Amino acid sequence: MKSIWLTMILAGIITYALRVSFIFLLGKIQISRRIQQALNLVPPAVFSAIIFPDLFLQNGQLAVQLTNGRMMAGLLAILIAWRTKNIVLTVLVGMVVLTLFQMFIP
Amino acid sequence: MRSSPRNEFLHGIQAELPILVGVIPFGMIYGALALSAGIPANAAQAMSAIVFAGSSQFIMAQLWAQQTPIFVILVTVLIVNLRHGLYSASVAPYMQHLSKTWKGILSYLLTDEAYAVVITHYRQESQKADSISAITTGKQHLFFLGAGLALWVTWQLSTTVGILLGSIIPESWALDFTLTLTFIALVVPTLKGKPEIVAALVGGTVAIIGASWPLKLGLLCGALAGILAGLWSNRS
Repeated sequence: MKSIWLTMILAGIITYALRVSFIFLLGKIQISRRIQQALNLVPPAVFSAIIFPDLFLQNGQLAVQLTNGRMMAGLLAILIAWRTKNIVLTVLVGMVVLTLFQMFIP
Repeated sequence: MRSSPRNEFLHGIQAELPILVGVIPFGMIYGALALSAGIPANAAQAMSAIVFAGSSQFIMAQLWAQQTPIFVILVTVLIVNLRHGLYSASVAPYMQHLSKTWKGILSYLLTDEAYAVVITHYRQESQKADSISAITTGKQHLFFLGAGLALWVTWQLSTTVGILLGSIIPESWALDFTLTLTFIALVVPTLKGKPEIVAALVGGTVAIIGASWPLKLGLLCGALAGILAGLWSNRS
């Protein structure tokens, strides 16, 4: 039972080291313009890599079809986020659409 | 446009609130899952404070249940959490004026969910003032603290509830989808130019292709491919 504690403490150190890395190092190393451009692209790239599989895959299979509730709800959410920039509205409409799909499509 | 320190802190909490709706069920499911994986309740709770990274905690519980060697668990955690190194690099330019204590505390709070709202705030503030130097004199680190602490408290409490209640939330509620919707709401407004749009499309597509790869490598490869494609589209 002791080793679960050892494991989580080491995992905690690894995670913290990753989080603290550049925040502490940056003052000591110069970041080029190119790297700065790359860093600006981190949010769209990472978050899309989380979002896309959740919308377009069902049980690991590509499911680009009108009966895919998550995809339909997600695409509508993208439209709403684009037009309104309203987080709560985006989440609410997305959840309502997904719930409707789950009620009416088996 | 200078807001008071207290306002900045409260604004950070407020920005984090919509995300917490998606985090609560995650924390509860983690608590229930960790117990069923054979992790004692006190250790399951402690992990939420020591590791404080949702997806890697899920994976650790899963691997622990399968009696995976510690070394393999740790390498997996390293790979799954590599993206936090990217986040660190991404927020670092806005934090250089802070003391070591501030940097140390805020680093601990640099989760997916905090990063999403913090980087958006930093960008908006520096665009308003047309330079990063506005950040280095401002109080935006209190926004970071507010968002990070709101998430931290919610994560600990929802873990506790999950440990206490077990798997009581019906799966049909699909509350995990609120997290995806929140990410959509945060990312779409940042897609202002060609590089950002290319990065999003390529990153998402590669992640779909790699969804079945082990150790969440699809996510990492997607992120890297998206960044490289975005850079390349900017050059030509």
